[in-house]
Amino acid sequence: MEPAILLKMRNIRKTFPGVVALDNVDFTLRAGEIHALMGENGAGKSTLIKVLTGAVDFESGEIYIGDNQQRIVNRSPQEAQKNGISTVYQEVNLCPNLSVAENLFIGMEPKKGGFIDWKTMKKRAKEVLAGLDINIDVSANLENYSIAVQQMVAIARAVNMSAKILILDEPTSSLDDDEVEKLFNLMKKLKAGGTGIIFVTHFLEQVYAVCDRITVLRNGALVGEYEIENLPRLELVAKMLGKSFDDLEAIKRGNIPDVSGENPLIEAKGLGCTGTIKPFDLQIKKGEVIGLTGLLGSGRSELARSLYGADRADCGEIRMKGEKLAVKSPLDAMKCGMGYLPENRKEEGIIADLSVRENIMIALQAKRGVFKLLGRKEQEEFTSEYIKLLQIKTASPETPIKQLSGGNQQKVILARWLLTHPEFLILDEPTRGIDVGTKTEIQKLIAKLADEGMSIMFISSEIEEMLRVCGRMAVLRDRKKVGEISGEELSSENIMKAIAGGAGNAGN
Amino acid sequence: MKLENFFKKVNGQSFMLSVTIGLFAVMYIIGMIVFASKGFSNLQVFLNLFISNAGLIVVASGMTVVMIAGGIDISVGSVVAMICMMLASFMEKGGISAPAAVLICLLTGLVFGLVQGFLVSYFGIQPFIVTLAGMFFARGMTAIISTEMISIKNELFLKWATAKIYLPFGGYVNKKGTMIYPYIYPSVVVALIALVLVFAMLKYTKFGRSLYAVGGNEQSAMLMGLDVRKVKLKAYVLNGFLCSLGGVLFALNSCSGFVEQAKGFEMDAIASAVIGGTLLTGGVGNVIGSLFGVLIKGTIETFITFQGTLSSWWTRITIAALLAFFIVLQSLFAKAKEKK
Amino acid sequence: MPEIKGRIKKITSHRLFLPLLCLALVLLFNIATTPDFFKISIKNGMLYGYTIDIINRASELVILSIGMTLVVAASGGTDISVGAVMSVAAAICCFILSGGEHSVSQYQNPFALGIILALLASLLCGCFNGLLVAKLKIQPMVATLILFTAGRGIAQLVTEGQITYIRVPGYKILGSAIPGIPLPLPVFAAVFVALITALVLKKTALGIYIQSVGINSKASRLVGLKSSAIIFFTYVFSGLCAGMAGLIASSRIYSADANNIGLNMELDAILAVALGGNSLSGGKFSLLGSIIGAYTIQALTTTLYAMNVSADQLPVYKAVVVVLIVSLQSPFAHKLLQKLKSRLLSGNSQRRAA
Repeated sequence: MEPAILLKMRNIRKTFPGVVALDNVDFTLRAGEIHALMGENGAGKSTLIKVLTGAVDFESGEIYIGDNQQRIVNRSPQEAQKNGISTVYQEVNLCPNLSVAENLFIGMEPKKGGFIDWKTMKKRAKEVLAGLDINIDVSANLENYSIAVQQMVAIARAVNMSAKILILDEPTSSLDDDEVEKLFNLMKKLKAGGTGIIFVTHFLEQVYAVCDRITVLRNGALVGEYEIENLPRLELVAKMLGKSFDDLEAIKRGNIPDVSGENPLIEAKGLGCTGTIKPFDLQIKKGEVIGLTGLLGSGRSELARSLYGADRADCGEIRMKGEKLAVKSPLDAMKCGMGYLPENRKEEGIIADLSVRENIMIALQAKRGVFKLLGRKEQEEFTSEYIKLLQIKTASPETPIKQLSGGNQQKVILARWLLTHPEFLILDEPTRGIDVGTKTEIQKLIAKLADEGMSIMFISSEIEEMLRVCGRMAVLRDRKKVGEISGEELSSENIMKAIAGGAGNAGN
Repeated sequence: MKLENFFKKVNGQSFMLSVTIGLFAVMYIIGMIVFASKGFSNLQVFLNLFISNAGLIVVASGMTVVMIAGGIDISVGSVVAMICMMLASFMEKGGISAPAAVLICLLTGLVFGLVQGFLVSYFGIQPFIVTLAGMFFARGMTAIISTEMISIKNELFLKWATAKIYLPFGGYVNKKGTMIYPYIYPSVVVALIALVLVFAMLKYTKFGRSLYAVGGNEQSAMLMGLDVRKVKLKAYVLNGFLCSLGGVLFALNSCSGFVEQAKGFEMDAIASAVIGGTLLTGGVGNVIGSLFGVLIKGTIETFITFQGTLSSWWTRITIAALLAFFIVLQSLFAKAKEKK
Repeated sequence: MPEIKGRIKKITSHRLFLPLLCLALVLLFNIATTPDFFKISIKNGMLYGYTIDIINRASELVILSIGMTLVVAASGGTDISVGAVMSVAAAICCFILSGGEHSVSQYQNPFALGIILALLASLLCGCFNGLLVAKLKIQPMVATLILFTAGRGIAQLVTEGQITYIRVPGYKILGSAIPGIPLPLPVFAAVFVALITALVLKKTALGIYIQSVGINSKASRLVGLKSSAIIFFTYVFSGLCAGMAGLIASSRIYSADANNIGLNMELDAILAVALGGNSLSGGKFSLLGSIIGAYTIQALTTTLYAMNVSADQLPVYKAVVVVLIVSLQSPFAHKLLQKLKSRLLSGNSQRRAA
């Protein structure tokens, strides 16, 4: 018997200035299923969730709840809650300074004579949690419990508010294996009770552990909806990354110089940072472009950040040209000749109100120290030099960087680091959210810099682009470096297999 | 390293409160030993802590409410001065009856809180800037009403101020052989009632719990369906009201209005709340703690009076030092929690 | 038409438009009410007149607002202890010079020692604020509130609750004038501090560091800036500025009056920064704007005095101005203005269509 349909979203369209975030996307959720929503960065997962929960509005399309023929529009998370849709985020959206019981009941506290009836509230909280096999002290503050328990309390709150549709947005990102197991048990219990769960995650293993169905999005469009048994891991990765299997062999690689004979420039041994990246070993040679690949959240940025000192590593060591480095902060790394273009351009890259010139000079200036101000003339010279070199489109060097387009902002940040003449440059998603032309330019630039002897670490979600420039790739999964691929082995298929990991080859 | 572990393990809230109560007890016992000859152990000395700080108890309660919601109000000292001056001027120059004058003053406080709250919650201006402006505004208004000191001579008002309520116990026989019972003034009763009401409000009403939720995590509170801006606005309005009530009690104690009155009172109120365990970052705190904060401040004052030769400025400096100490303690707890 | 519109827009969007407009408004008002406002006369080799008086009286405020500008830019918070630090500096200087007496007609200790120790004390106050804000991450206003109240207490203790007079002609010079120079010395002191600061900002990378940290501290960290060190520095500098202002104020009245030196100056300094077109949430700043703002406020103060508003009552008007300016800067007001604009524009186009 076909299970009842809980939610139908049809032809949902949403645009942000310059981008189509959702292009006529359909989504269906049935009672008693766990439905994974998958896709890489910019695929439109979070926008779809936001449309559903009323956090953003949408231009066209319909949403139906259950068998109801009446269209609904959620204008706020509260309205969505009334329609039986609740969301539990990775960052638990509860109040840690309140008791567990209150977190379950805030806004709808049981009352007696106009006052909150604590006794009843605690009793009912205990009942609700016991029903989900969570046995904790409900009068203790939520902050005393682990993130896992907090998440389960959040789920309990949603369930208690008679949510039939539960959205779990990357709930497992900060949980350890035991905790994930507990969460899965809870999810299965809810599923048995007829709740429909939308599960957003980056961990493939987990998808195959609990989910019944997968919907894949890519670049704002629906790729398809699949039953889990009909979609092997490798195919899922291919669908997410946008290569159909037949095309895989067609990708041509450019001329990548052989650097295997060179001495390592950077050598990391057992470097790790608790909670973000498990200890790893890595060697990077002079003039080499090394790619970091893995799905979003696999720890690729975190690996780069621990090298650069942006997250302070708590174990292991880094050597540069054989000498041990003490990298405690980005400045230390810069002084050793490193540069880092961060993933999040807006929040960690640009200094919005400053001009293009100032944004370019700031890193070199910080390296030189406060008393050795770069001469104004010198600044203007190198600014116009880089504007020309990278073809940055700006009204003038004095234009605030926030007025530039994303691609041009990225070029300015690139110029910032090139100016410091680093020996080792980390580029974390330098091509995300910028136009195709600029993408190609940046790829060419990377190849050119490597030819000139610079070592580059390149992180991207697009395998094709990495294949063009990287001579070797390190693969990450679940915050762990799981392997390296180089030379003849380097192909889309192999990379995807490595990313998919585990039983990924079962599909072949 | 060991110290860090200590901060991690200990529950910040209950620890801070016990430090505060312990500090008060220790200070009081020291006082009883050092000033034994001057009668520090007399129950009346203890009651005087309440009598001279009745206004502060109420104002600190209001401050606690605002701080729990994640805000702050540094205008309270000036507002108290303005209320005292208004009372004095209404009754002495305007010929308005005492109850009417009190009523107008309470309303003024309410409106003051409403305006400040509106600017903070709906205009989104930093609470500091708003209440700093409020602080100067109220102080200036006090001067506009009158730059001269006005003494209150209204009979009814003075009657309220000096009606002694004797306790049925704890008396002693004086030299003349009559039994003297310790007493309090009506202002203390009002202050304690206000304190209990705020306590109950914080613990047992939806609004009270919303304050904690908003102060703890604004984003979450919003997602859980609370109207964050309204909660904040209400917090400032309540604070404005309590502040004016505190002002009236303050006037009952000082029986005068002058421009320089209650200078630095905002510091006393904030310090009392912080010493009593209210977090500057919001979300944690309760008025019982703040009461002990007030009592600690009162004890320091009593020390200085009993000692006799120290300048009264020492009170201010000690309070500031205590505030600094507790702020540092708070930030250590916060850091430990982050590392968790 | 569009050309004029464009030019008007260019003028109104200039950084110094707001401060200059405000200054012009205050001056215009004065000319209207006081015909001889701009009249300058010479008596005993000194220049006299309303404008000279304003420029002279504004000196302390100018110095304070320079320090405050950097604090606001780097930390997005304000230092409300400056008035109290002024009185601490004055008290310490007079205490050293008087050797503990309450009125002296001769220095008991070298003049330089008094000045140096006073500046050192203000530096320490700045360090205390900086430590709380930059290292312990306490909200700037709470951190500086401690010295805001305790500072005057300390000053009272130093002067033992009395006004300490230094009746030495040499002590008055800083607050009055050197014979032969027609302008009062505080004016030069203010210009000196402004020039030195401007020079340091121009010749070192400090200016851009401060702005970077104020705009985006995360990105600043990744390009190798140490934000806490920079924020710490601005508070220390603000303390030092307050110390200098305190010395000038003390020299004017050749005494240390712990209760009144620097009274209500913190609001004036914040107002100067806001009037200077600087956002109180940090980031880009204009030193010149703040300085113009400071002179504007002094002009406003003098004007209000002329209208028989007493010193005690002044804060009412200034508080209203602060709230108005900050409200106009707020996102809520921006939204309102935009709504209004679009309504007006749509009204226009409708009319055109009709």
